[in-house]
Order: sequence, then structure tokens, then C-alpha cells
Amino acid sequence: MALKTILTRIGTYLLVPLLFLLLWGLAASHLNNEVILPGVGQVTALLLRPTENLISMGSLAVNVAVSLARVLAGYLLAVALAVPLGVIMGYYGTVFRFLNGFLALFRPIPPLAWVPLVLAWFGVASLATLFDVQRGTAYLYLNNLKFSMIFIIFIGAFYPVLTSAIHGVNGVRRTLLDSARVLGASEGDIFRKILLPASFPAIVNGMRIGLGVAWMCLVSAEMLPGSLSGVGYLITHAYTLARTDIVIVGMVSIGVVGALLDLFFRVIEERKFAWTRLTR
Amino acid sequence: MTNDYILHLEGVGKTFQTKNGKSIKAVQQVDLDVRENDFVCIVGPSGCGKSTLLRMVSGLEPITFGQVVYHGQEITRPRKEIGMVFQEYSLLPWRTVIDNVALGPEFAGISKRERETRAMNYLRLVGMEAFARAHPHELSGGMRQRVAIVRALANDPDLLLMDEPFGALDAHTRILLQKELLRIWEQHRKTVLFVTHGVDEAIYLADRIVVMSARPGRIIETILVEMDRPRERSHPRYGHLAEQILAILEKEAAQNFSKNGNILEEPF
Repeated sequence: MALKTILTRIGTYLLVPLLFLLLWGLAASHLNNEVILPGVGQVTALLLRPTENLISMGSLAVNVAVSLARVLAGYLLAVALAVPLGVIMGYYGTVFRFLNGFLALFRPIPPLAWVPLVLAWFGVASLATLFDVQRGTAYLYLNNLKFSMIFIIFIGAFYPVLTSAIHGVNGVRRTLLDSARVLGASEGDIFRKILLPASFPAIVNGMRIGLGVAWMCLVSAEMLPGSLSGVGYLITHAYTLARTDIVIVGMVSIGVVGALLDLFFRVIEERKFAWTRLTR
Repeated sequence: MTNDYILHLEGVGKTFQTKNGKSIKAVQQVDLDVRENDFVCIVGPSGCGKSTLLRMVSGLEPITFGQVVYHGQEITRPRKEIGMVFQEYSLLPWRTVIDNVALGPEFAGISKRERETRAMNYLRLVGMEAFARAHPHELSGGMRQRVAIVRALANDPDLLLMDEPFGALDAHTRILLQKELLRIWEQHRKTVLFVTHGVDEAIYLADRIVVMSARPGRIIETILVEMDRPRERSHPRYGHLAEQILAILEKEAAQNFSKNGNILEEPF
């Protein structure tokens, strides 16, 4: 590719973000009030030192890591449950009719609406309570994973994954199933060798959406009592101290991590599922 | 030689229930006997239930009336000895060609090495060995159907059911594949039950042609081709047979028209 085209391409990607930063900078210097809108430089400076202790809450990097651990715990639980359930519901019409009405009832409830109930159930119990760890480093790690938070994130991620698994299985061509049966496939073979791989692109797409939703539930989850760390908590805590610059830093890191996770899935889709695009 | 029937259909019928509770007769009262090494073609207007009939023989479709008996055993579900080739898109798109061909042996629990050797031998049979590691989307329609045929053969069936396997191919490729199928059939001596709506295809391939009526599909005529292979399309008997079968189908369509007021089947 010619240097000129490369430059044009980079320019196309960067033009709008740069304009946005420019507008932000102009607005900040015009307002001249860092509680309402801190400057670009101030926020960038904080982002460039992610290991520095912020408002005695630990560093940005540590808080992002804590949040990521929480999201992954709830998310993996949701995937582990939703994928098999979705595949079974998609394949067996009876199971679908049996469960769908019930599950559809809970689908429209926003994860945040579960907060009071979840608190009444789990309070500040965490994985440390479950494994009966009272002290030490293990306690520090496990106590950060509260049941209530994991539950909220689980609810958020569960439905997108479930729905896409059901749709994925529904979309499997009958000829594929028929030809496998004629070749002597057992019911187990049908699930493992036909249904799962055939619906895998749809499932991964659902996992991608589910991870996005899980990540979005983070702030509400980390506003729950008993939370003393995480990006969500960092944002709310910084807000009470009128440190708008830290609020924005927290938002930016949520955005960047979310975008990176999304990119990870897109790369998988691109690499592994070229056949879905090419098979029409 | 006269009594060695391996497949016996007796009074086979199929009734579908539609969503609004009506029942539709798709196939009615089919009696058919197929001898070992026979090549039988079933022709009929589209929607006449010939594919449904084939699916009943394969064990994929439950039978409403009558029974299908294979080697003295009633067919109730798919079995290894009966293979099937579908019209198109039956290859697993995420698997390579060789892994598709090895699918039957894989289900049977044969070791990876052995089933790959077997699959490779069958790919060689249709000149596809160079494409063993390709994916189905990289192949042309004709190549895909070659793979679909050897995939069925790699499971070593005695009876091969073929549901319009060349229906989606262009005319030239179709003729090539018909030739190739006959070559394989002569080499491996399978019994073939082949469904098509192409009268020409049936005459080129079959020992015996079964003509089916419009829905509900039943057998209206059985015709013995009695020509040596390879058959010349310019042979007078070829043209004569085509004329005869087309006349039967035309008469059937006309009767159907006066009976139902239209020749278009209602979709279901």
C-alpha cells in the first residue's frame, strides 16, 4: 500500500476522535471549571500513570483488574449455563415451550432492578464467605467477588447468550442433521459434532454481546454496599469528592477495556468462522 | 435372480398434519420391490412426494401407512446399511473435505488414521484427493456433490438413496456426474434408488423407472429401460422412452388440472 493511502486511512480513523478532543479542550478552557469539565491534559496525565494511587483507593490498574475479575466471574457463569441450556432449548421443541414462557418473563427486567432483592439475599457475602477464608491474600482477592455483584453481571450476560444459542441451533439446516443421522450419528454425536459447531458462530456472537452487557452492568454492581474497589466504585467515589477528572479516567478505562474485549471476539469470529461468510 | 429383493415397500403412505388441523396426503399406497444391484429411478412432478418416499425408506421420516422392509427388517430409523445423498448443502461447512468424507466412520468409532486412509481412497475414486484439505465453500457445486457421494460411500452402505443429487447443477456438470455415478455404481455394485424430476436423467441412469403421480404421490407406471450402458442420447429407444414418460406425466397433469382446477400444488 502506498504511504499516501496508509496516511489517508489512519486519518479517516482519527479525524472524528481528534475533533472530539479539540471540542472538549475548547469547552474545558472556556468553562475553566475542573469540577464540571476537566481539561484533556489533566485526564491524559492520569491515564498515563495507571499505577499511581488515586484518592487513596489504589491505582487505576488495580481497580480495572478487580472489575475485570468480577465481570469474568459473573460472565463465565452465565456462559456456562446459557450455552447448554440454549442448545437444548433450540433442539428440543418441548423443552423450549416448557421454559421459554418462564424465561421471557425475566428477560425484560433490567439487571439494576434486581439490586434490592439481591442485597436482601446475599448482603455482603462473597466468595471468601463461601470458601470460609478469613484472612491473608486469598481473602483480599475473594472478598472482592461479592455474590450480589456476580449475580447482577450474570443476569446481564445470561439472556444475550441464551437467545443467540437458541437462534443458532434453530438456524442449523435440516439437511446437515439428516445427513449426519443417515451416516449413523448418535444423539450425542448430533449435539457435539453438528449442533454445537454449526451454531458456534451465533453463540460466539451472543457471547460478545453478553460480555458487552456484563461490562455495562459493572458500575451498577460496584455501587452495591460492601464494594470498596473497582472502576465503578472509583467513579462513584471520585464523584463524591468532586474529582471529575478521575470520573472521566474511570469512564475512559471502562470504554477502552470494553472495546478491547469486543475486538478479541471480533478477531476470533474473523479467524475461526470464515466459513459462515463464505457459505451462502 | 428373480426373488432376491433387498427392499420391499408395501402399501406405503404418508399423511402430514398441517398447523390448522387439516391432513394432507403426500404419498399413497406405494408398492415397490428393489433387487440387489438394481438402479431404480423415481420420476414425478415436483411436490409429488417422491422425496418424502425416499425419506421414509431412509428411516428419517416416520411412515403413516404400510411398511418398508429392508433385508427382512422393518425400517423405523436410519441405519448404516442405507446411505443417502441430498440435493445440496449437506456437507458440514466448518469441516475440511476429508473430515466430511470420514464422518460416517467417525460416528462408527473408527480410529482417525484408518478413517482418513479410507476417506482418501474414496476421494481418489472421484479425483478429489487434491482437495482433501479444502473447505466445502472453496469447491464448485459439482465437486461438492462428488464429495457428498463419496461421503455416503465411505460408510459402505448396501443401498444408496439419492434425492435429486444433481438437481442444482448446470447441465454440463450434471451429465459429467451422471457418467461418474454410473462408473462408481458399476465398480462398487451398490443398489441405488434415485429420485429426480429429470426424465432424461432417469433414462440415462436407471434399469427401471418408476413414474409417480402428482400429490398424493402413487406409482402410475413402471418402465424397464433395457438399454446397454453407456447409453447414447441419440439412440432411437432413448427418444422413444422419453416421449412415453413425458406423455404419462402430461396426461397425469391434465387429469390433475381438471380435478383440482389448477396444476400448481398448494405449498405446505
